[in-house]
Amino acid sequence: MPTYQITVNGVSQSVDVAADTPLLWVLRDHLDLVGTKYGCGINVCSACTVHVDGTAMRSCTMTLEQVEGKSITTIEGLSEFGEHPVQQAWKEIDVPQCGYCQAGQIMTASAFLEGNPNPTEDEIKNAMNGNICRCASYNRIYRAVEKAAENMR
Amino acid sequence: MATNTKMAFSRRAFMRTTSLAGGGMLIGFNLFQACKPQVKIEPPVDLSNLDYKDFNAFIKIAENGVVTIFSPNPEIGQGVKTSMPMIIAEELDVAWKNVHVVQGKLDTENFTRQVAGGSQSLRQGWDALRQTGATAKQMLVNAAAARWGVEASQCTVSEGVITNPNGETLGYGEVVTEAAQLEVPENVTLKKPKDYKIIGKDAQNVDIDEIITGKPLFGLDYKTEGMVYAAVVRPPAFGQKLTSFDASEAKSMPGVLEVLTIGDKARKLIEAQPNIANILSTSDKVVVVAKTTWQAFKAKESIEAAWEDDVKMESTEDHDKVMNELLDGQEFNTMREDGNVEKAFAEADQILERTYEAPFLPHNCMEPMNFYAHITDEKVHLVGPIQTPAWKAGAVSAMLDRKPEEIELEMTRQGGGFGRRLYGDFVLEAAEIADKIRKPVKVVYTREDDMNDGIYRMALKYRIKAGIKDGKVTAYHLKEAAVNSNMYGLIPNFFPAGAIENYKVDAAVYKSNITTGAWRAPYTNFLAFAEQSFFDELAELMDVDKVQMRIDLLKKVDAEADERIQYSPERMIKVIETAVEKSGWGTKPSNVYQGFVNYYCHNTHVAEVADVEIENGQPVIKKVTCVVDCGIVVNPLGALNQIEGGILDGIGHAMYGDFGFENGKPLASNYDRYRLIRMKEAPMVETHFIENEIAPTGLGEPTLPPAGGAVANALKAATGNRLYKQPFAKFPELLKPKKQEIIG
Repeated sequence: MPTYQITVNGVSQSVDVAADTPLLWVLRDHLDLVGTKYGCGINVCSACTVHVDGTAMRSCTMTLEQVEGKSITTIEGLSEFGEHPVQQAWKEIDVPQCGYCQAGQIMTASAFLEGNPNPTEDEIKNAMNGNICRCASYNRIYRAVEKAAENMR
Repeated sequence: MATNTKMAFSRRAFMRTTSLAGGGMLIGFNLFQACKPQVKIEPPVDLSNLDYKDFNAFIKIAENGVVTIFSPNPEIGQGVKTSMPMIIAEELDVAWKNVHVVQGKLDTENFTRQVAGGSQSLRQGWDALRQTGATAKQMLVNAAAARWGVEASQCTVSEGVITNPNGETLGYGEVVTEAAQLEVPENVTLKKPKDYKIIGKDAQNVDIDEIITGKPLFGLDYKTEGMVYAAVVRPPAFGQKLTSFDASEAKSMPGVLEVLTIGDKARKLIEAQPNIANILSTSDKVVVVAKTTWQAFKAKESIEAAWEDDVKMESTEDHDKVMNELLDGQEFNTMREDGNVEKAFAEADQILERTYEAPFLPHNCMEPMNFYAHITDEKVHLVGPIQTPAWKAGAVSAMLDRKPEEIELEMTRQGGGFGRRLYGDFVLEAAEIADKIRKPVKVVYTREDDMNDGIYRMALKYRIKAGIKDGKVTAYHLKEAAVNSNMYGLIPNFFPAGAIENYKVDAAVYKSNITTGAWRAPYTNFLAFAEQSFFDELAELMDVDKVQMRIDLLKKVDAEADERIQYSPERMIKVIETAVEKSGWGTKPSNVYQGFVNYYCHNTHVAEVADVEIENGQPVIKKVTCVVDCGIVVNPLGALNQIEGGILDGIGHAMYGDFGFENGKPLASNYDRYRLIRMKEAPMVETHFIENEIAPTGLGEPTLPPAGGAVANALKAATGNRLYKQPFAKFPELLKPKKQEIIG
């Protein structure tokens, strides 16, 4: 099996896995970073969203070859103690119901707000439309993104 | 009245108080005995197999004053891990910020109804949880009073600190060891709602910090030393059985530890407990055990399995045909009959008859089914997401012929439930695998496994017929045709039972080999749409006001005279009138099309108004105004989340949820072919509570069923088209706005 050198949450890691192993499962099973969630495995629900060089990407179909030399951030690395403004907004609005999809939601929202600190309603809805929440906590996700934008200004 | 339950308490309901080895007191309360005498307990699904024992809520108070409350019921996103401990903490009189909440394990010795289902946790827990807190508080006060040599009645408590008439104080932690030695008092005083400091105040999800930082909370996150992963090759179609397989490629793949088959133990269990066949395949399954999830998934894909058709291979077309035949036929089980509907129809001036159709639905929990099992000669250790831990521990005990006391079951936080995790077929699978390989193992479903080895909301149809004479509704006949099972016995006593003199509810069933079961708000999740659409059409035919017609019907109900009636007409009228006011019903500008519904299920009264507007030539659901009477709102912050989620879930499935079969094979297997509601389709929800001091009822389900009806009625107003079949998006020609809208 090939060896890959990847950087996750600022730490350089050496991983021996088959070339087709998605980043998602490397994070979860090899690096014990289980905050990133498995939802669909085919790039449509975004539960597995992480940042790759600051961009929100779905890790369930991403190979290590694609991320070698890049900086990967997972929910565990977004902030040290959950103090990132998006995490704080999620807490303030009390977004989660079951909570399973929320790491992916937070990772999508945080990358989005980094590039667009003053989003319109449509921009927020477009940005978050890729992330499924089966509990349908969409009203609160929307408000939390608005709140986070406010907090970041 | 189902909502005004009185509960008797006795000392025997207290199972025990225990002095803890590490200091402190553990107090247990038997909830089941407490609510047994008067409360109507009828679960929404046939859970008769469940092995309920006792049900205790536990408080642990340490000598340093830290309070731990064990939340007994499974947390599937409905918020009980926050709200149930709030009720104990209120009566215990401690500051909520000082309470530490821990998920209780399955404890068949001391817990009963450790179940997440039917929106019943709060309702059935309310009195006992309060008694638990109040009794513990009284014992702590008694201990302090004894030490001071004063009367307990002279002491006051605030936030865990006891004060005597001389102004001296003792913290709970300082007297807890003495308190644990005392007799359990009878007849403790409960707080009055006006004195509540925790109940009725917003409390954040107790797991919020762990959720937003990605801590391991869920079954899929659970790991132990040396744990391996199992992926299962399942029959691709319902009705198929494994004949042979070739695993030679799989065995040579990296990380693969072994390939085995399971099924013999499950079949033995079916022999012993025939009812369980409803949720279990009798086929053998091929299991790949590997070092990592991905290795197991990949090796599973490489297995060449051959299957044979064992029984009839069913298609959606067949179900459609057979349900029509049932509705046209005479093979009904009559569930309620008042007066004589046939005679009333014969005498009626006008008749309205309509048929409504719904497809199967998968649950689609975001966290796919999974479970951990580690089985040794000494112990069966099970960990994961399950709504019915006691039932499943019992089934594992029977299946593996192990003593109940050898089984330890722990619940993790659960990534959605919606009814799917009531069934625990995945627990049996994990146990059968672990029993064979004798290693700690977690079985993990792929999304495709999860969607295609489901226990679905059954396809079903309703036919409703009403007779009108002299401007009044004189007859109402509801017929149900459903796959595998019919509505539970309370539903025929929901509205409009009692409002119409000649009233009949009939149900007919077709037995299928496709596994079906409870799906969030069973039966009503579709019935509410059918009935509320029908009432609207009935009002149109009678040329009366749609809301006033509902109120007029409710005013005819004498719920005191008919104890079968489940809802309260007074509470229903109140939510309707409040919804009219809050939604601006009838006062909106002409570009806003509204749909009105009211509904009762799971002991809660709800009215909803959907606002639809035309944007870019398409009707768009902009807003839903919701009025809820769930009695006392224990945690408004959590309650609002449930209400909003229930409504959006109801809209999503009414609009998009479509699932069918061809020759036993499901027609969708992932979210690319199965559409769930997303952010852009989600309207804003505005909620208003009816304030009262009635005992609380649950909110996991009640707002979902009416949502589809509210949208359908609003879409009728916007498009002129009445919708009879779900999902609505399947009929784009019916979702086009009226002509003048396109022009205007």
